[in-house]
Amino acid sequence: MHGTRILDEADRLMTVCNSCRYCEGLCAVFPAMEMRRAFSDGDLNYLANLCHACGACYVDCQFSPPHEFSVNVPKTLAVARAESYAAYAWPPALSGAFARNGLVISVIAALSMAAFILGFAALNDRNVLLGVHTGPGAFYKLMPHNAMAVLFSAAFLYAILALVMSVRAFWRDIGAPIGGRADGGSMFQAIRDAGELRYLHGGGVGCYNEDDKPTDRRKLYHHLTFYGFLLCFAATSVATLYHYLLGREAPYPWWDLPVVLGTLGGIGLIVGPIGLFTARMRRDPVLLDEFSYGMDVGFIAMLFLTGLTGMALLVLRETAAMGPLLALHLGAVFALFITMPYGKFVHGIYRFAALVRYAQERRTAA
Amino acid sequence: MSSKYDVLVIGGGNAALCAAISARRGGASVLVLEGAPRFYRGGNTRHTRNMRCAHDAATEILTGPYTEEEFWEDLLRVTGGQTDEVLARHMIRESKDILNWIVEQGVRWQPSLGGTLSLGRTNSFFLGGGRAMLNALYLTAERLGVEVEYDAEVTDLVIEDGMFLAARLKRPVKGETEIRATSLVAAAGGFEANIEWLKQYWGEAADNFLIRGTPYNRGSILKMLLDKGVQEVGDPTQCHAVAIDARAPKFDGGIITRHDSVVFGIVVNKHARRFYDEGEDIWPKRYAIWGRLVAAQPDQIAYIVFDSTVVTSFMPTLFPPIAGQSVAELASKLELDPAALEKTITEFNAAVQPGTFDHTILDDCRTEGITPPKTHWARKIETPPYLAYPVRPGITFTYLGTRVNKEARMLMKGGKPSANMFAAGEIMAGNVLGKGYAAGMGMTIGSVFGRIAGREAAKHARN
Repeated sequence: MHGTRILDEADRLMTVCNSCRYCEGLCAVFPAMEMRRAFSDGDLNYLANLCHACGACYVDCQFSPPHEFSVNVPKTLAVARAESYAAYAWPPALSGAFARNGLVISVIAALSMAAFILGFAALNDRNVLLGVHTGPGAFYKLMPHNAMAVLFSAAFLYAILALVMSVRAFWRDIGAPIGGRADGGSMFQAIRDAGELRYLHGGGVGCYNEDDKPTDRRKLYHHLTFYGFLLCFAATSVATLYHYLLGREAPYPWWDLPVVLGTLGGIGLIVGPIGLFTARMRRDPVLLDEFSYGMDVGFIAMLFLTGLTGMALLVLRETAAMGPLLALHLGAVFALFITMPYGKFVHGIYRFAALVRYAQERRTAA
Repeated sequence: MSSKYDVLVIGGGNAALCAAISARRGGASVLVLEGAPRFYRGGNTRHTRNMRCAHDAATEILTGPYTEEEFWEDLLRVTGGQTDEVLARHMIRESKDILNWIVEQGVRWQPSLGGTLSLGRTNSFFLGGGRAMLNALYLTAERLGVEVEYDAEVTDLVIEDGMFLAARLKRPVKGETEIRATSLVAAAGGFEANIEWLKQYWGEAADNFLIRGTPYNRGSILKMLLDKGVQEVGDPTQCHAVAIDARAPKFDGGIITRHDSVVFGIVVNKHARRFYDEGEDIWPKRYAIWGRLVAAQPDQIAYIVFDSTVVTSFMPTLFPPIAGQSVAELASKLELDPAALEKTITEFNAAVQPGTFDHTILDDCRTEGITPPKTHWARKIETPPYLAYPVRPGITFTYLGTRVNKEARMLMKGGKPSANMFAAGEIMAGNVLGKGYAAGMGMTIGSVFGRIAGREAAKHARN
């Protein structure tokens, strides 16, 4: 028996699947399962996070409901995955954030954006807040660059700390029997597997979402979202370097690197989340963890808001709307940062760790 | 649903879908009637995993060549010569092209990664298994415009003088109807799930059989065809049976209820007595004989008994072994006579000769002085906990079928070919496979003759 009902069910399914193994060509979960005959809590959390929810094993399974064996791996692992996020959250006192995640994320986002608006309004003259600012340093008329840098660095560093502590707990739990540190080769393999979403592919046939036809496009939308996010992050990083190394202050012209990166990323962060949200709403409930609705949509919404406010700021930065839009954008980004360890963002971290572990196991077995 | 089709396909598995796709590609309008609900569509194909096709060279998924001649020799060996050589050789030749044709119909292969089967050279594995294969075929068929109806129970066939005219159909919602078609492809499998029919040959023992596939393999189409003058082929009394876990559901337990641990222990009946040489042969032969052996035991039940030293020597099982710290405790949990089981194990252990254990070959670990002997892989059962799996016969398929020729055209009693009736898959497998089995052969028969039957049925409809 395991600590939770969902892990008991995951154990039951892995026992069924391990005596069948027809799905071993579909993804990493089943080959990883085959390396075991019994499953600890950590093993099951590892397998749950290795699962990319492509849905193929459900559609392909001769024992899925209404069969009496009632094998539903995608749904079971989705629930186990969501519960694992709470189980490994740091500090543990904040793990409750996962219980009503949609509400938590919404409230924090609203408070964060309101705080920036109010802060801008309180600290700036009305003419400055609603004025038209152009040229280098325009943004910093509303909020000094150093204040921005300190606030966001602090939020970002806290998020990193909390994520590192969480993933350490996860890694320790799933690490046995290999344990120890990740080697470079396994890291590189995992970066490739995560970067191309190798296992969101149904083994090559495609993924399933709304029905039993492999027509799902979540992989495309996820790429748009993920690489959009990375491009935006790169834009901010380049801008920071410009500021401190070259003494060049934002805003930059449209053709300059931070703006080009940010624009491309922003488009990704708008189109990708819309696609993911649509797919989430159309997903066959049988494949879904229905309790994760708030968490899924909350994270998608945060990314979308970040992209949307960023793009709006770019388009309207030379108008009187710049001040309020900057406040909204900074509020969205700040909320995104501080909720990273307590929302769907962590799926990427745990899945990456699981992919590293899988690459290690493959190397050890080979 | 229009009132008349060029080709009516009855059945919904691999053979039926290959026939439907092939007929549709041949320009025919096609209706598929699947008797099962949508989830259970596909009959035994649901539970398959691979197909045996001849090929002259290694491919991405096959580790080496498997020539037509080698395939033929394998078939000759497993059937003991009970095969139609002309038909079998034709099938083997056609199987070469099926490797590619089936991919063109959307089915994906995968390299053989794990599991217990060492079939990487001879057999191609479906990515995701048999249901994934079915899903791909249905998707292709529907995209091509093949109509499919589920829960479609055919209650009668109108056949006049070897000529198919119509099928009477009972549907749960839309009621009874008659469907006419220019050609018929019967691909509705055998009668392994029809316990009453099995009882004709096996008596009350059939009540203790477990059926590995769906409850919809009732053989009603086969029976209608034979009753209406189609020539039969194959031994009606025979079925393919393996030993499966006695705790498995009555129907549709599929692959996961199998046991292949016989060689690692002994097998006793309900009187706690051994009854057959557990070390006679290597896989797959030993796999295929134990169903029949258990069927011959009282109450059709037996117990594979082994000890804790071998528990990781075979694939993990769906149902855990029943365990006892002593032989007597195990016996009481199995509801066997403890003294009898202790006696059997003591005598067995005393008869075990020294040797070097190797389960991949016929090794020299054997018994001496007991009947029946265990001629290979005999090791003492002496390390608690003592473990056991209860097993019953698991029926996979039946051999009785309709006689066909190389065009998959049914032959009537007296040998005259039917004008417009074709058969494919398990319903005619007995032509090629008179007895025995080799992994993946059922799917070969289904795809090859399905494709031929569809093509010929469409050709007939066009003329």
